[in-house]
Amino acid sequence: MIENRKIKVLVCKPGLDGHDRGAKVLARALRDAGMEVIYTGLHQTPDMIVQTVLQEDPDAVMLSMLSGAHKALCPVIMDKLKENEIDDVLVSVGGIIPEEDKPFLEEHGLKGFYGPGTELKTIVEFVKNNLKR
Amino acid sequence: MDYSDLIEKLLNGNSRAVARLITLVENDIKAAENIVKAIYSHTGNAYILGITGSPGSGKSTFISTITKLFAEQGKKIGIICVDPTSPITGGAILGDRIRMKDNFSLKNVFIRSMANRGQLGGLARATEDAVKILDAFGCDIIIVETVGVGQSEVDIFKSAHTVIVLLVPGSGDDIQAIKAGIMEITDIFVVNKMDLAGSDKKIADVMQMLELRMNYKYESENHEENNMLKLKWTPEIIKVNSITGENFEPLSELINKHRKFLKDSGVSEIYQKNRIKSETLQILKHKISQKVEGLIHSNPTIDEYLRLVMDKSLDPYSMANLIIKLLGIE
Repeated sequence: MIENRKIKVLVCKPGLDGHDRGAKVLARALRDAGMEVIYTGLHQTPDMIVQTVLQEDPDAVMLSMLSGAHKALCPVIMDKLKENEIDDVLVSVGGIIPEEDKPFLEEHGLKGFYGPGTELKTIVEFVKNNLKR
Repeated sequence: MDYSDLIEKLLNGNSRAVARLITLVENDIKAAENIVKAIYSHTGNAYILGITGSPGSGKSTFISTITKLFAEQGKKIGIICVDPTSPITGGAILGDRIRMKDNFSLKNVFIRSMANRGQLGGLARATEDAVKILDAFGCDIIIVETVGVGQSEVDIFKSAHTVIVLLVPGSGDDIQAIKAGIMEITDIFVVNKMDLAGSDKKIADVMQMLELRMNYKYESENHEENNMLKLKWTPEIIKVNSITGENFEPLSELINKHRKFLKDSGVSEIYQKNRIKSETLQILKHKISQKVEGLIHSNPTIDEYLRLVMDKSLDPYSMANLIIKLLGIE
């Protein structure tokens, strides 16, 4: 039925983290895998991210965080998505995520946790295999 | 599939429904047909503003600033930003939101990025349908940003009421300004980045080009078209600074002036008629080409024709005429 479906991905930099080389490399890898990638730029608040998801209707949201604020920001983003009845979007966080924080983030519905040195094709496959719709 | 639930939500002003419906019209042309059928009677209230210009002329920043102005006037605004799809991988980077950060949190602004998916002309196939969805959603103004254009991506002129072309100081000489294409479809020229050297020179170049155009007398055989030419709008030109917002008030007055002109002169109605014609033609082309493709791959008579053409006893033009007969749409 779907004649021309494309995987649409939102790449985000939440919070005060000002380092987006990784996010840009990721955006490009996803583009080269044939996906439509929206990059929003730096310093996104949870409200801005949820607003963007609401308007752009992506299949996946990739949060890139190197600042250490993931435990503070990710649950807020997940709660606000739920408030807006968005439950069919894959939400992933990557960057610098310590091993011991992963169970906490998983409980909040986040996946992925890819860090520096991950091969790009691993992340591309991860997106393709974990879509919720 | 039934879209009535989503459409009801759309008409009640639900943003999520808008987003889902736009995804559907992007991905599936059959869905697009059903959705447009259902919402068409609710469209026609929005004013559509087309923004075009070469890559790096500042379209997204300009839209961000003008959106703030419209939002202050209490308007509900829809924005569609079209970016190019890679012809090699089919992927795309949609980066226009980066420049529109200030508007993310405004309640009355809906921004949607769209990849052109290989369509030429500066827009995506689904752009016009997405405009209709935003129209039915109740947007007062819909701003459409084309891909960064060269000189012939002019489709925006078929779907917008007012076309604004962004120019920057120091780009190209006056010969560029008289070439055919985007310079001919413009209602308002905006010289962006007015703080840079050469902005007055740019204005002079464009004004010279416009004078040449006005001295050029053209009489059409079509009576209606002739009347329209008599009522011709003379393009306005203004310089602005999208970062500081300088000159945006007078610019917004120019937009209102053009809007009033369209209404008072009756040109608006002619435009609308042409818009519907060209849109219907697009749909017909798509439907007929699908039919023809179906026929060519399944009808055994075609093989006979092919053989005749290969033997040189028939030529491709005559074969095309025979296929038209087969379709029964001569």
